[in-house]
Amino acid sequence: MEILVCVKRVPDTAENEFELNSAGNDLDRDDLVFSVNEWDNYAVEEAIQIVDNVGGSVTVVTVGDEESEEVLRREMAMGANNGVLLSDDAFEGSDGRGIAAILKSEIEKGSYDLILTGAQADEGAGQIGGMVAAMLDLPYASLVNKIEVGDGKTIKVGREIEGGNQEMNEIELPCVLSIQTGINEPRYVGIRGIRKVASVEIPVRGAAALGVDPGVIGKDKAKVKRVDYFVPDLGEGAEMLEGSTEEIIDTLIEKLKSKGGL
Amino acid sequence: MTQIFAYIPHHGGIATDIALEYPAAAKKIDAAATLTAVVTGEGADLDKVADGLTATYKEVIKIGNQALAYPNGEVVRKALVNVLDPGSIVLAPNDTFGMDLSPGLAIKMDSAYVADAVDIEGMDGSLLKIVRQELGGAVSTHVTCDTSKGAVITLRPGAFAPIETGAAGGTVVDKSSEAGDLTSKRRFIEIVEAEVGDVDITKSDVLVSIGRGIEEEDNIEIAEELAKALKAVVSCSRPIVDAKWLEKSRQVGTSGQTVKPKVYMAMGISGSFQHMGGIKGNPFIVAVNKNPKAPIFQVADVGIVQDILEFMPELTEKVKSL
Repeated sequence: MEILVCVKRVPDTAENEFELNSAGNDLDRDDLVFSVNEWDNYAVEEAIQIVDNVGGSVTVVTVGDEESEEVLRREMAMGANNGVLLSDDAFEGSDGRGIAAILKSEIEKGSYDLILTGAQADEGAGQIGGMVAAMLDLPYASLVNKIEVGDGKTIKVGREIEGGNQEMNEIELPCVLSIQTGINEPRYVGIRGIRKVASVEIPVRGAAALGVDPGVIGKDKAKVKRVDYFVPDLGEGAEMLEGSTEEIIDTLIEKLKSKGGL
Repeated sequence: MTQIFAYIPHHGGIATDIALEYPAAAKKIDAAATLTAVVTGEGADLDKVADGLTATYKEVIKIGNQALAYPNGEVVRKALVNVLDPGSIVLAPNDTFGMDLSPGLAIKMDSAYVADAVDIEGMDGSLLKIVRQELGGAVSTHVTCDTSKGAVITLRPGAFAPIETGAAGGTVVDKSSEAGDLTSKRRFIEIVEAEVGDVDITKSDVLVSIGRGIEEEDNIEIAEELAKALKAVVSCSRPIVDAKWLEKSRQVGTSGQTVKPKVYMAMGISGSFQHMGGIKGNPFIVAVNKNPKAPIFQVADVGIVQDILEFMPELTEKVKSL
């Protein structure tokens, strides 16, 4: 099975405390730690496991600047066979539809049976997979937490729905799936693995090479634009307990007693 | 005049809560807009939900078809594209169904797409200003959405104040005949119900709930000790289940269990909206997290900035000594 996984380089929510810049309208980006979007690691792991079972190859692709190459290498160190970087100044400021259009152009150049994305990334929109599928008129399922490869024409997928239940579907290939965390246990990538793929050439394709519709990419054509970042004033928030640990615990215990916790 | 369609999911003929939240969002988009409810389904359940919605909506469009008996996002999308007017604004919930339906719907309607709106600040010309969150709720953003060729917007459930069910005296318009071809390359098979675990976290008055801050599987014992001292049980957030450290039945959140304890001890939990969506009944929430900017501190009653791995054992000892 030929599988394409769309991945993204994102600020790591586990490694950063996000602060606004001095103007108060953007993130303070000076010391941000970036990594692969968490959901994407599950998608790549799933792709590798499928190929291990039925043969084929895994290609990872991302839209980004030259720094995004590092996330492709990381996923190749996991076991993806190929990486492709889609990069062009003209892509900057694209909205979800623009990113999906760029990926669509790359997908059309190949012959993939299965296209995977993470269920969501840093912006929390969860939109790319569904958009790509609609643009290509391929069937789509989101929030997939189980894949059973069948006869090569269809696969069975489980979708995570409310209340911990799972919705089972049969879906025809080729198709697009967005992968939910927990579907597998992504393998660990060590320094040795990264070194192994350090010199593998990763092709870079721009707007012209891809033949992307210029009418939907870039900031000018984006229908949805981020204006600023801010930290909302949500009222008082929690009463913060301060002082020595002993004092904090004494106060907490009094509160727990009054609220039925003790 | 702006035409807004509100897609309303339902279960067994009962509309989901979002049905009462759409009117507030629609008013924020354009107070003069026409708001029309849209329901899809089949048979008596569809009739029941459509009739029920006439108390809240002046117009209710129903689209009935055997292929819509189960809400398969792929099939619902085809029906909506055929029935809804191009250029309109379509609202859907940002839940597991809305996430399945909506991005592709925006493409097929050639309109803009904004996911997971938590607030709407209004229209300036054709630019709608919307509030969203990024990075797991750590920061908020304003986005502008060009609605000149329509828009699909999903709303975070619970983010817009519900209205009272009124006496709108609305009418139901049957547009089933306009649904068009509803064949799909994705077929619904069945729902696999969540497995029942060894511990029922929904029955406990006090929950010691752990998140990423627990760091390692072996540290869960520290939370178990505290839970024992408090006569509580241990629940968790999603990453703990993803790591297979606890069973899925211990997970609190929209994709896990809904709990109604008296006291919720959030230990090393950042507090994503999906997690908080599983906590009902307004419990007393204690949050301990070493990150002072964790979103959980905005919704907790009491916050403590400490490492849970050091704090929990001390609290356990103190509780035991009482």
